[in-house]
Amino acid sequence: MSALLELSDVVRVYGSPPVTALAGVNLAVATGEFVAVVGASGSGKSTLLNIIGTLDRPTSGRLSIDGVDTIDLTDAELSALRARRLGFVFQQFHLREGTSARDNVAEGLLYTGMPRRERLALALTALRRVGLEHRVTHLPHQLSGGERQRVAIARAVVGDPPLLLADEPTGNLDSRSGNAVVELLHELNAAGTTIVVITHDVQLAGQLPRQVRLSDGRVVSDSSRKVAS
Amino acid sequence: MTRPQRAAPFIPSRIRAGDLLRLGSAGLVAKPARAVLSALGVAIGVAAMVAVLGISASSQARLDAQLDALGTNLFSATSAPPVTGPPVPLPPNASERAGRLPGIEQSAAVGTVAAVGVYRNALVDPGRTGGLTVTAADLTLIDVVAGTMRTGHWLDQATSRFPATVLGTAAAQRLGVSAPGGLVRIGDQNVLVIGILDPVPLAPELDYAALIGMPVAQTMYGFDGSPTRLYLRIEETSIRAVRPLIAPAVQPGTPAAVAVTRPSDALAAVDAVDETLTGMLVGLGSIALLVGAVGVANTMIISVIERRREIGLRRALGATRGHIRLQFLIEALVLSALGGAAGAVIGSLATAGVALASGWPVVVPLVVVVVGVASTLAVGAIAGLYPAIRAARTPPNTALSS
Repeated sequence: MSALLELSDVVRVYGSPPVTALAGVNLAVATGEFVAVVGASGSGKSTLLNIIGTLDRPTSGRLSIDGVDTIDLTDAELSALRARRLGFVFQQFHLREGTSARDNVAEGLLYTGMPRRERLALALTALRRVGLEHRVTHLPHQLSGGERQRVAIARAVVGDPPLLLADEPTGNLDSRSGNAVVELLHELNAAGTTIVVITHDVQLAGQLPRQVRLSDGRVVSDSSRKVAS
Repeated sequence: MTRPQRAAPFIPSRIRAGDLLRLGSAGLVAKPARAVLSALGVAIGVAAMVAVLGISASSQARLDAQLDALGTNLFSATSAPPVTGPPVPLPPNASERAGRLPGIEQSAAVGTVAAVGVYRNALVDPGRTGGLTVTAADLTLIDVVAGTMRTGHWLDQATSRFPATVLGTAAAQRLGVSAPGGLVRIGDQNVLVIGILDPVPLAPELDYAALIGMPVAQTMYGFDGSPTRLYLRIEETSIRAVRPLIAPAVQPGTPAAVAVTRPSDALAAVDAVDETLTGMLVGLGSIALLVGAVGVANTMIISVIERRREIGLRRALGATRGHIRLQFLIEALVLSALGGAAGAVIGSLATAGVALASGWPVVVPLVVVVVGVASTLAVGAIAGLYPAIRAARTPPNTALSS
């Protein structure tokens, strides 16, 4: 098994007085996996997502993504890693208002230096992939919540990153749109994208092949193996 | 391995210059009213500077054209106030003496007729001269000072022997004369007005004079023949050599009693005074520009605070801190450049308006426009720097969760 994502003894301590958000997390995700990280509010799952997404750095421990040890990377190198190897999906969609679905998706490739024409062509392909070929020129406010999240997913996968990170992707959606999004994630996973979903939605987590449970900054259970507590 | 880039070395995040420019403008398009208002501050500053310098340049161009037309080779010689003793009047043949110098093209003498006033009619109190003088003039005077007739005729051999007068512009106005043919009262005689002069920029004293012929001045008003002022046209190439010879030629015994001046210098001096005023106004314009810059900085800081999520998202999409910094810096630059361009247009239009209304040539110095717009870019860069750095320092995780 080749680990696409590997965390060892990741600790994250915030502020003063120090608050420990992650207290030594060990986690390995292999290429092609579809993992749910679950836990209650305050369990450290958002911190974990930020660390995996290299939006935050661990206080100690190691993190490697796609064979790259991230600990010693500069800020610019982490940006490069995010630009080409990570895709993000957020609960709040984070689409740009006043900009068409296609342009929003093309922004996913903005920082690769790809010419606009090529970006727009790939954006069209990605929109087709998420089933929104009929919404290409629509603006975010003209789309339903589910459609917006699918635009956001298209933006995350337009560069075909090996790892897709989703933070409560169904949190702002009704159950029907939520199910459609989960189905889409399954399709993307089947097509080869490794996906890590952070959620407190037990029902959503139950639909995924592997669940990792966090509590008080530690992994307390992992459906794929036994974890010492 | 399905993904060959796994072992590949890092390809850094990159963004195309065109995309950066598009991003920088998109931020402004999203809030057009705010962009227009904060650009307006810069526009006012630049417009003020361009207009002040443009109007000054137009006025300068008018003066240059005027000096070109009038010539700068006119000199004037008068009796200098002596340090001690009574003033030494110019000799009656001063004009001839000076005229004999090589390089003197033309000369003309005028003499104020002492104790004689000019009035509308015989009923006016003799004390109320209205600041006007009665001046005896050589027939060549009009050519030497490049004067032109507004109406009527200049003195000639005949009219200079009769009670006839040519009035300066201001004199005609004060005496209520608008056309030749009427009578005015000079001393105790009624005198026929035969013509009115246009203003004479190089000899403004003539504007306030009633000019009569030398012969009539001597016969009717007891003029002693001593001129009070000589006007001399000197060949351009001889000015330097001839100027010091004028005083000794006129008064060989006491050359220090003759003062030689160049009337065009006075016009140029007026312009020099203008420059001081222009400097002050440009100072005011740059203060306006500074206030505009504060407006841009303020707008950018608000924009950065409002767009924390966008910053976070862009960092997640792979933007480096440098990319974020550049995006906001470009936004500030575009904002102030728009203001600068608008200001240059407004300032040029204002210049054209003032110049046309005053009958001056319209001159908007290109260098002023270029410097104006360039200074707005500098202002934009300075105003945008802090907000841009602040944007780049926003940690991506907190920006996304806000």
